[in-house]
Amino acid sequence: MSVAEQLENSGQPEKAVERKSKVIGKDITVHYGEKQALFDVNLAIPEHQVTALIGPSGCGKSTFLRCINRMNDVIDGCRVGGELTVDGVDIYRSNIDVVELRARVGMVFQKPNPFPKSIYDNIAYGPRIHGQASGRGEMDEVVETSLRRAGLWDEAKDRLEEPGTSLSGGQQQRLCIARAIAVNPDVILMDEPCSALDPIATARIEELIDELRERFTIVIVTHSMQQAARVSQRTAFFHLGVLVDEGETDQIFTNPKDERTQDYITGRFG
Amino acid sequence: MQISYLVIALLLLTGVSYFWGRRRAVSLAKGEHLVVLHSLPSFHGAYVALWCGLPALLLVALWMILEPQIVEAVVINQLPADRAILAISDPNVFKLLLTDIRNLASGNIVSQTIDPALQAAANSYMRYEAISQQALFLVALSMAIVMGSFARTRLSQRFRARNRVEKIARWAMMTASLIAILTTVGIVLSLIFETIRFFDKVPFDEFLFGLKWSPQMAMREDQVGSSGAFGAIPLFAGTFLITLIAMVVAVPIGLFSAIYMSEYAGPTMRSVVKPALEILAGVPTVVYGFFAALTVAPFFRGAGESLGLDVSSESALAAGVVMGIMIIPFISSLSDDVMNAVPQSLRDGSYALGATQSETIKQVILPAALPGIVGAVLLAVSRAIGETMIVVMAAGLAANLTANPLEAVTTVTVQIATLLVGDQEFDSAKTLAAFALGLVLFVITLCLNMVALRVVRKYREKYD
Repeated sequence: MSVAEQLENSGQPEKAVERKSKVIGKDITVHYGEKQALFDVNLAIPEHQVTALIGPSGCGKSTFLRCINRMNDVIDGCRVGGELTVDGVDIYRSNIDVVELRARVGMVFQKPNPFPKSIYDNIAYGPRIHGQASGRGEMDEVVETSLRRAGLWDEAKDRLEEPGTSLSGGQQQRLCIARAIAVNPDVILMDEPCSALDPIATARIEELIDELRERFTIVIVTHSMQQAARVSQRTAFFHLGVLVDEGETDQIFTNPKDERTQDYITGRFG
Repeated sequence: MQISYLVIALLLLTGVSYFWGRRRAVSLAKGEHLVVLHSLPSFHGAYVALWCGLPALLLVALWMILEPQIVEAVVINQLPADRAILAISDPNVFKLLLTDIRNLASGNIVSQTIDPALQAAANSYMRYEAISQQALFLVALSMAIVMGSFARTRLSQRFRARNRVEKIARWAMMTASLIAILTTVGIVLSLIFETIRFFDKVPFDEFLFGLKWSPQMAMREDQVGSSGAFGAIPLFAGTFLITLIAMVVAVPIGLFSAIYMSEYAGPTMRSVVKPALEILAGVPTVVYGFFAALTVAPFFRGAGESLGLDVSSESALAAGVVMGIMIIPFISSLSDDVMNAVPQSLRDGSYALGATQSETIKQVILPAALPGIVGAVLLAVSRAIGETMIVVMAAGLAANLTANPLEAVTTVTVQIATLLVGDQEFDSAKTLAAFALGLVLFVITLCLNMVALRVVRKYREKYD
């Protein structure tokens, strides 16, 4: 049913019409205990595109990201209000299986966090618990495809039994991306995936993100405006828990409607 | 008594010299801001105080160790020639004579008639004691004053009192750690020497591989039933049986409660359960002991009877189960700490892949925490092997070689305790056996601890 859900709340409906929206947030509010972190955010995330969430620290962009796979559930005292749909299904409905949701909405974190297991087992972890591969041969295949898609196969194929932690930082992050891909999700959330990496590793990940968008819908939180401009097709600007501006990346960076967006991307604050 | 006055005087002097040095430092600043001094006045004070107090106190300590020996040697040498030679050649006679002299000197009643030669020796003993004590007073006090004054003259604006005090503090800390090490070495050496004496009387292989333990030595030739057998195998078998039962109880309970506390329990639950478990660790082992002997053992015997089993009233089972309960907090508390140390990012990573909480625990957290858990278990094992009070009360004395937990067994620690309780002659094989057992026990627990630390260090996961 998600086909024609239109972006009636977004700033640029006429350009987004071509693609169907994968994730739609309506009036999303988030409280951490007494403190409100998000105020009535309305955002639609189109399929097979990269959507960048930008904004100064503490603006709520990571909070919004973590709403999409309900990772906020892990945090004590966190309450989410509003309606968030993935493929038209409200994921905060009581009968939603969170575990299943997270298998469909994968996530890559700020700091590479490979499990203290072998590279092979890191990739196989997800498919194994979801029973997606039966037998060693099938699993080998899943591992290889995932590593290939994450651009890590050539570097890792001879050392699959070595611990994931023995890789370099950039390789570890690609391993984490491969691990997320292995479960074959629809959406991949990335929370500042390059902030712990050097520029070369960052460039590789950015290339990778661009390749991955053919198969997956990607939402990326980033502190780097250049990165947002390079990798994303759509950009949403958050400030103080409010979604200030949202639209095509080109338009946001060349011709922002809101003065605060203008100030932020030109470096006047943030 | 007199020495304590001296020590108090020295401490007072030290205190005074602190303020003395401090005032001098302030006056060195010549009314300017104190920043012209290299070190704060309190460091200057501490420097003077340390020079005043430390050497004098060290002297007192040295004197207390050496003085009696010197005085004794001098006194013995003054005895009539025949006695002196006898005393020097035989340490036992030497000690006996000294005791007599000391008793005379302190005015205790001596059983025998007073020997004039001994009386003279006692008199000179007292005289030398008095002289040496006066000399000590004089030397120590003047040393304190001279050293303190000398240190004070060295103070100047640029004097690095701070660095020097630091250096002395470092030496003091090194001495403190040396004391612990030296004590351990002393204990081990005394164990080794007594054990060597034991193996003079009992063959090495009989002790290590003998299957019969009955440490009664015949006092008379015709005594019945006192052959004396020192085979330690039954004792170690009993120890391991009880340890095994304890671990069977403690490992699952401790581990599960650790998992619950670190992964499932909310903050309120945790704030109740954790202190409660730590109370368990605070119960004295004596209390566990009579709990085992008076409550648990009869319960097991009763339960066994109703099942038609023959359970000894001092069964290995009762002692082992209670010991296991005692050990739970070790395992749960250490494992809980290890699991809490697993970074949240790994949990997040697992949840984000759609793993449930129990899948995350089983496949990510436990493997990551395993080295720490193994270390905790090994430490608990060495604790269980060395535990004495519970087994003394609940495990019995009969050295049965059995693997049946319903029978009475005895442990190494129980035997050590019974061998040394009461009046004993310290050159019989029976008493010396305690040292040999102690040494073997020490080696076993030492190895376990070393393996535990090794395992923890080697397999420690690098999380990032």
